[in-house]
Formats: sequence, structure tokens, C-alpha cells
Amino acid sequence: MADAGRLRQAVITSPALSPVTLVRIAIIVTILVGWELLARSGLLYRDVVPSLVAIANAIVALLSDQSYYWNLGVTAGEVGAALAIGGISGVIVGLVLGANKFLSRAYEPYLYYLGPTPKIIFFPIMIMWFGVGPASKVALGTLSCFFPIALSVAAGMRQIDPVLIRVGKSFRANVWQMVTKVYLPAMRHPIINGIRLGLGVALIGTLLAETKLSNRGIGFLIIQAYSLFDMPRMYAMLIVLFVLAIAANTLVGRLGGLDSIKRF
Amino acid sequence: MSSTAFARSRFGSRFGPALLGFGTLVGLIALMQGLIYFGVLNEFIVPYPIDIFRAFERIIVEEHVFDRFLLTLQECVTAAVLLAIFGISIGAILYKVDLLRRATETWVAAAAAAPTVLMYPLFLVIFGRSAWTIIMMGFIAGLPAVILKTIEGLSGTRRVLINVGRSFNLTHWQIFWKIQLPSALPTIFTGFKLGLIFALINVVGVEFLINFGGLGQLINDLAERYDLAGTYAAICFVILVSVLFFMVVERIERWLTRAV
Repeated sequence: MADAGRLRQAVITSPALSPVTLVRIAIIVTILVGWELLARSGLLYRDVVPSLVAIANAIVALLSDQSYYWNLGVTAGEVGAALAIGGISGVIVGLVLGANKFLSRAYEPYLYYLGPTPKIIFFPIMIMWFGVGPASKVALGTLSCFFPIALSVAAGMRQIDPVLIRVGKSFRANVWQMVTKVYLPAMRHPIINGIRLGLGVALIGTLLAETKLSNRGIGFLIIQAYSLFDMPRMYAMLIVLFVLAIAANTLVGRLGGLDSIKRF
Repeated sequence: MSSTAFARSRFGSRFGPALLGFGTLVGLIALMQGLIYFGVLNEFIVPYPIDIFRAFERIIVEEHVFDRFLLTLQECVTAAVLLAIFGISIGAILYKVDLLRRATETWVAAAAAAPTVLMYPLFLVIFGRSAWTIIMMGFIAGLPAVILKTIEGLSGTRRVLINVGRSFNLTHWQIFWKIQLPSALPTIFTGFKLGLIFALINVVGVEFLINFGGLGQLINDLAERYDLAGTYAAICFVILVSVLFFMVVERIERWLTRAV
């Protein structure tokens, strides 16, 4: 009896059946039912809101399509290259600005105000400079992710405990040793945070560039589905893309020991 | 005077950084002019800075850049109004209904990490190639920031202020309007500022991508006409507008923080 009581208590307090989970399930079910009713109602143009079955079939078809993975690889390669170039240059610029107050006051306002400008408007210039191939997409992704990484690293550098810097100097550490043994380890969180922000904007920059002018990549597939009015496929690609983007964001956050989601 | 001594002097420490920053900018422009002049850079890829400067007059007179600016501004303002109405309301509801907040807050934060701007082809199908597609993209991009910051601001109200309200027998509604909302205003405005920035980025970006609307369309038009100097000038104009926009919003935020 006592065991049964404990079991019942465990079921009641089990996280899987907590009120929060129940509310989440209720919201998801309401949205799905509402969606299906809207799809069947004929209130909107046919296929603007496709049925859930059509979207599920499209997701299965997408995930079993070899060419999707090839295009995903192209986009991943472009985003990776953009993040590597923009990330390395952003970290270097951030370290220099964070270490020198005079340079920071001279150049950081430019970075600060240029950072939030819409980078996609630079795409015509990128096409002229780097051509219509993947290089222009990498360039736009690089431009997008450079600013948040540089600003985050510069801010992180200024927040380092001065004691750590004094300890490094008292050991007569040279510049390289200071960077690798003091600055970078002490700035792990700001750097990871900057890379996480940079990853998000590099992904957006690259994908938008692909939707504008490309013949490969996920952005191209999305705009192709729009051109063909293949709405279930477009929904499927957006869902898979959002899941991948959120997973990548979470992964980078976890690697840096930060929260699993982006916070403002 | 050596550069180090200049940096340490009172004039140098006050105006030195600004002079260095501006001087570097002017130096880069002069370098570009020289590199194009001596054929190192191709003038059919990078136009002379002087031509870009001259093109400003052309984009103002012939391309009606101020009318286009007003169009973009109109779209941004509409998106901002939607953000204020829906973002703050949803944030306040989630704050009031704790269970709903705990169930959905991580979803809202996850939505902020998702590349929602990629949904623009979907919105093109729903709203057509119209200003509403652009406005809705701006609105959706800024919504998570406003919701999250509204919840954060309302949750951060000092306990003592609420207790003072209770001691005056204020109703829940009065406590919310007279204590919690004013106290949360700086944080809510920070969220609204972030939302506005995302909205502006998306509005101009989607204008460029769908070739419709104000400043974004102008850049796309000029690029398609291969009007190089005009394209560069239009991009410079958008940068100037964005910088001014952020400066104004930041000033308002500082004023609001001081006032509250």
C-alpha cells in the first residue's frame, strides 16, 4: 500500500506530467487543431495553409532527399567559413580595442553604430567584389558576424578582473602569454556569447544572400519552393531550418557553459 | 609632440580618439581614391569616392530618396506600433499568468534565436508583394525581444514598492498601472529598442529582397541598373539613417532611465 502511495505520489510530481507540461501540450494541441481546421475551411487560398499531413509528408520527403543534404552542406560550409573569418578577425579586433582605451574610444563607436545596420544591403557590393558564387555569401556572412563578436570580445576584455592581469604582469608574461593564458581563458563567456550571436547573424546573412542570388544552398531551395508555389515543402524546410538553427545556438551555448537559449 | 604625449595631454585625451577615428575614415577614403586612380582597384567595381559623393545629389533629386525614406519610416513606425501593442500586452499577460509564462518563456526565447526573416517568402504568399509583408516581417523579428524584456521588467519591480501600494489598499489593477508598469518602463524600453532595431533591419532587408517599398528597393533598383556610384551612395544613406535612428533611440532610453 505504502509503495502504491509512493508510486502515485511520484506520478503526480513527475516532471513529465507537471502543470507546465500539461499547458504546453494543450497549447500545441490547440495550435495543431486550429491549423488543421483552417487548412480544411477553405477560408484562405488553397495551399497557403496546407494540412498537417501534407507538411508531415513534405518533411519526410525532404529528410529522405539526398540533394537536400548536399545543399545543407553548401550552406553549412558557407556559414562555417563566414564564422571562421568573421570570428577570428572579430576576436583580434575585440582584443585590441578592449586592451587599449584610446583605440576603443576612437573606433568602437563606429563598430557600435555600424553593427545593427541591415547587412543585406551590402550584397550588391559583395557580388561586384566576389562574384555570384559562394564567396559573396561567405563575405556577407563574415560582415554580419564580425560586429557582434568584436563588440562582445571588447566588452568582455574590459570586464576581466584586474587582479588576473596584474598576476600575469607580475610573472612578466609576454603579449602572447597574456593573450593565451590570461585574456582568452578569462573571456570564455563573452567570446562564446559573441560567437553565438555571430552564428545567428551569419546564418541569416548567408541564407538571405542565397535567397537573393544563388543556385545552391538552403536559401536557394526555399526561394525555389516559393517560385514553384510548393507550400508544404516550404513549410517543411522552414521547420527543419528553425530546428537546426535553435539546436546550433543551444549547442554553442552549452559548449560555453551558458544558458541553452539566447537571452537579451 | 610624440603620439603618446599627445594622447596623454588634456586636449588629446578629450578629442584625440574622435580625431583619430575621423582621420582614419578620411584616410581610408583618400586611399581608396588613390588606389582607383592608380588602377590598383577597378573603377567599374569600386567607384571613385568623389563620384559617390556627387551621386548623393542625384539620388536626392532624381530618385526621391526622402520620399522613400518616409515610406520606410512609415513601415517601421507601423511595425513599432504593433510591437508596442502586442509585445507589451503579451509580456504583461505572461507575467500575470505565471503558469503560462513558465510554459512558453523558453519558446519565446527560442523564437528569438530562429532566423524568422527566412519566412519572408511565406509572408509574400500570404500578404502578397505589399507593405504588409515588410511590416509583418519587422514585427515578427522584434516581438520576442519586447515580450521577454516586458516580463523581465515587470518581474524586477522592487518588493517594497508593491508593499507600499498594498498598504494604501490599491487594487491589483492600480498596483500594475501605478507601480509595476512605471518601474518596469526602462527595461521595457530596452526591449522595445532591441525590437525596433530588429524591425528596422528586417524592414530594409525585406524591401531589398522583394524589391518593394522605400530605401531597400532603391538600393536594389540602382544595383540592377548597374549605377555603381548611386548604389554606394544609397547604401551610405541607409547607414547614415540607421546610425541616426540608433542614436535617437539611445538618447530616449537614457532620458527615460534618468526620468524613472
